[in-house]
Amino acid sequence: MDVATENKKISTELSDWYFSSRDRLMASSSSLINAYRPEAMEVFRELGIPDQKQENYKYTNIGKSFLMPFRKYIEPKKILFSVEDLFHCDIPDLDTEVVLLVNGWYYENQNQLQTLDNGMIIGSMAVAAQKYPDLVKEHYGKYVDFRTDGLLALNTAFAQDGTFIYVPKNAGSNQAVQIVNLLLSPEDLFVQHRNLVIVEEGAQAVVVVCDHTLSGNKFLTNAVTEVFVGANAHVEFYKVQNEHNDSQQVATTHFHQERDSHVNFNTVTLHGGLIRNNVYAKLNGKGADNNTLGLFLADQNQHVDSYTFIDHAVADCTSNQNYKGILDDKATGVFAGKILVRQEAQRTTAYQTNNNICLTDEARMKTKPILEIYADDVKCSHGATVGQLDENALFYMQSRGISCRESRLLLMYAFGHEILKKVTISPLRDRLDDLVEKRLRGELSRCNSCSLHCQ
Amino acid sequence: MAKDQDKILSEVTQSEYKYGFVTDIENDVIPKGLSEDVVRLISKKKEEPGWMLDFRLKAYRYWLGLKMPEWAHLKIPKIDFQDVIYYAAPKQKADLESLDEVDPQLLETFDKLGIPLEEQKRLSGVAVDAVMDSVSVKTTFQDNLADLGIVFCSFSQAVREHPDLVKKYMGSVVPYRDNYFAALNSAVFSDGSFCYIPKGVRCPMELSTYFRINAANTGQFERTLLIADDDSYVSYLEGCTAPQRDENQLHAAIVEIVAMKNAEVKYSTVQNWYPGDKEGKGGIFNFVTKRGLCMGDHSKISWTQVETGSAITWKYPSCILRGNSSVGEFFSVAVTNNYQQADTGTKMIHIGKNTKSIIVSKGISAGKSQNSYRGLVKVSKNAESARNFSQCDSLLLGDQCGAHTFPYLEVDNSTAIVEHEATTSKIGEDQIFYCNQRGIDTENAIGLIVNGYTKEVLNKLPMEFAVEAQKLLQITLEGSVG
Amino acid sequence: MLKIRNLHALIEGKEILKGINLEVNAGEVHAIMGPNGSGKSTLAAVLAGREIFKVTEGSVEYNGKDLLDMAPENRAHEGIFLGFQYPVEIPGVSMVNFMRTALNEKRKYFDQEPIKSSDFLKIMREKKALVEIDSGLTNRSVNEGFSGGEKKRNEIFQMAMLEPELSILDETDSGLDIDALKTVAQGVNMLKNEHNATVVITHYQRLLDYIVPDFVHVLYDGRIVTSGTKELALELEEKGYDWIKEQF
Repeated sequence: MDVATENKKISTELSDWYFSSRDRLMASSSSLINAYRPEAMEVFRELGIPDQKQENYKYTNIGKSFLMPFRKYIEPKKILFSVEDLFHCDIPDLDTEVVLLVNGWYYENQNQLQTLDNGMIIGSMAVAAQKYPDLVKEHYGKYVDFRTDGLLALNTAFAQDGTFIYVPKNAGSNQAVQIVNLLLSPEDLFVQHRNLVIVEEGAQAVVVVCDHTLSGNKFLTNAVTEVFVGANAHVEFYKVQNEHNDSQQVATTHFHQERDSHVNFNTVTLHGGLIRNNVYAKLNGKGADNNTLGLFLADQNQHVDSYTFIDHAVADCTSNQNYKGILDDKATGVFAGKILVRQEAQRTTAYQTNNNICLTDEARMKTKPILEIYADDVKCSHGATVGQLDENALFYMQSRGISCRESRLLLMYAFGHEILKKVTISPLRDRLDDLVEKRLRGELSRCNSCSLHCQ
Repeated sequence: MAKDQDKILSEVTQSEYKYGFVTDIENDVIPKGLSEDVVRLISKKKEEPGWMLDFRLKAYRYWLGLKMPEWAHLKIPKIDFQDVIYYAAPKQKADLESLDEVDPQLLETFDKLGIPLEEQKRLSGVAVDAVMDSVSVKTTFQDNLADLGIVFCSFSQAVREHPDLVKKYMGSVVPYRDNYFAALNSAVFSDGSFCYIPKGVRCPMELSTYFRINAANTGQFERTLLIADDDSYVSYLEGCTAPQRDENQLHAAIVEIVAMKNAEVKYSTVQNWYPGDKEGKGGIFNFVTKRGLCMGDHSKISWTQVETGSAITWKYPSCILRGNSSVGEFFSVAVTNNYQQADTGTKMIHIGKNTKSIIVSKGISAGKSQNSYRGLVKVSKNAESARNFSQCDSLLLGDQCGAHTFPYLEVDNSTAIVEHEATTSKIGEDQIFYCNQRGIDTENAIGLIVNGYTKEVLNKLPMEFAVEAQKLLQITLEGSVG
Repeated sequence: MLKIRNLHALIEGKEILKGINLEVNAGEVHAIMGPNGSGKSTLAAVLAGREIFKVTEGSVEYNGKDLLDMAPENRAHEGIFLGFQYPVEIPGVSMVNFMRTALNEKRKYFDQEPIKSSDFLKIMREKKALVEIDSGLTNRSVNEGFSGGEKKRNEIFQMAMLEPELSILDETDSGLDIDALKTVAQGVNMLKNEHNATVVITHYQRLLDYIVPDFVHVLYDGRIVTSGTKELALELEEKGYDWIKEQF
């Protein structure tokens, strides 16, 4: 079967599933979420699963993932477990409000929607849409443009639950909200969650998202997160991906930034079978500042694809992307970063760098940094490198008595640390440092955070 | 001061194209349109052997099944391929005994373009093949070169006199199946230059081809084939102009280079096709496939281009680095003004071991133009210790234009080192102020800065051409560039 | 301590060292001089174990062991220190981390426990004071953004930290002004005792005013063509390398 036929088959299956379960879908959700479904489905039927002919998916065959026989549900399957037994977060001293998503559903044995003292609301997306329809309606689906990507359309057509975070005007603290995405199922599962984070004017938020697989089954995730960042608001957003080799994930995070807002977004990919991270940032108000960083470590047959699209829509904004990858064994990596500076966006400062190290002959890296610039008063640059560890540095270290293996580790660690040092929450930074070091030493198993040690 | 600068920048767009005249000469023209019959007719007019016709027909049939590529960052108006004349030749005797038999009108035309065909008038260092529309008018210094075993002649002459070489190498670097315009060219190409440098010969003079479009409604489809045998060296220049017309004219060319062991080829282009007027009316659509094959070990192909003309430029001079330790270079200055659009860059395909490539691209956008760099650096699995460095800078003059960079880096071998750097900026006000303070006015300051900015590339051009190119930059950005 | 016998080495097929013989004993300072391209830096690199050079003939015995048989890091553990002519910048690796790792690897080699953090920092402080290196430098990444003089001073600091038996200083004086030269030389002299030895590689006699050698060897075209005491260096300075070239 050729790719086109395959993708046609997948699209037909998914749209059949949609139509056969549409009534139940509609009944389960708020009308404001339902309102997007019909058009999203139509767009999906037209665009389908992106194939490699599409420039944005040139180096990642995502269709192959959809060919596997995953189970799909439109209501949560009961998964009974004790959180304490299964999962504990290894970040000591990190003061967090932890919420759990299990297989894309807001975990039932926790407060479904809580309001903190400072006015923050944290809870289930599905419940929030019922309880705060006006608030959700103002932002839901307003930032992600599902017409540009079949997978975004697919998520929008099926969106039911996920995490909802609301930080009212001038509120917020440094206390982090930690969203733990657990994948745990006795069968192979297809999961789509939809998250919404609203940070109003002058507010502050710290969000840490951790992706974990807790059972050895195959998983396919197609997740979308929309983040609204109001004027002068400040958002720190961290994503730590630690899934096993049979997991496949497409995660899209879209930041919509108003005047003088700041976003620091940092994705650390420790482990995963096939990972595609999409980051969109629209700088929609003057003075907005976006820092998007990423570090990925890939070995065996893992594939990590990072796509970033920074849209400078107005003047006087700054953006900076820095992505680094270390590829071992037969791992493959992709970075495609695009900076768009629209004609009105004068006095833009935008930088982008992508550095990669291939450790073996069979590791592969494709990188594609793109500048598209329509304004003249700009400072933009990008750089990309693919190389190896510096032989001179290795010899220098060896001549100081550091073994070859240790020298390599030190250099790799130093290479990655440049991304990690930008993590502003020190307990998280220390933990990530530790995890990265362990990962580089080969000591981090996929079941690291799982006490079952099932494999 | 910013105002002042804007004013000067807007004056830039007022400059006139100096080569826009038309030569009134009797032409042998075939009817408009493209069909198998037209392909046969072209072949017949050129009295070609059967194998050439076969090649053309294969290409034509293949082309019929293709669609115009749309991936470039260009807005290309629909081209009606039936509205183009595929063959137009100034009427003259087929075989010229001497220059006296060349129509004086033609001589005058090339004189006016600064390309005198009388050898005594020429700079002795340059041999020229002058091509007007579909045919080569005259190739100079052929005899001197023949003494060294160098073949330098029109493509048509090569088909007649060196069929083995043509058969062996034509389409070996750019096959007719390569892309839409390569297929079109392979079907209808009319003339071009052919060059063969034998083993161990360093070509003592610059070889050059001058392309002139003259006839109205005519497309120009030339084809150049350059073969440098073991241990040889040649520096090759290419220039082009066209009359000023309101209609767009089509130019789709192919250049193929083969460099054998230890051979070095420098290929320099100053492209100055009519760019259209300041409202964006008229101008040449320039779709060119240029590619060099570094076939032998230690061979080197170096592309230098100064692209100032054409309404649309679609061009990616590339190097296939097959030989071990072969080297590919690409140095480019692309200037767009008014409504010009350029999507240009290179491909460096590393196949052999220890291959090296360097890319230096300088884009300058002014007016309402769009200027894109698009490049691919590919390191194949077996290309051990490949090394690439790319530097792509864009300079924006005015706030109505665009500058874009689309680099692709594909690395399939871990011993490779591939680096890409790009910057986009406008001329710094502090730089201009500094010049002003030293008594240099803004216009001259911009000129100085642009010159400094392009110097790295212009320095790669052979001397006579560097001066020419610098003048051309001045004209293209006249008013601001001193 | 060090016995080099008939050492030949080549790089990319080209022979650079063409039969070096040299003996260095504890407590001695040797200077190796010679014109550019004579093989001075190659000799240093071969002794430190740089793999791009291929030893084709001869032997190097170090404290009774076959030095050429050891990995570069083990040579370091055994007490060989190479002061680089061009110290390498390693962005992102802090000096502290770098030195601690180096020290601990050496301890591991001798089956010792890793050094306690507090002890390590104490040693760092002492040695910093000894070679008068600014804390600003040791807090940065290895050599990153250091000036030429700072890099050389950092080499001497590392030498102090690692307490080598045999230090080979490759053109440590190049690119130094006279004050920096004095400080560096002072450091070297301070670290000198009867148990260790120093090989100073230099193009100019200047450095030898401050680090006084017991022996001076002239290296030319891959061989030591003449040896003597420090007077030889002065003679060389006076007559220039052409004198050597004419003689040999």
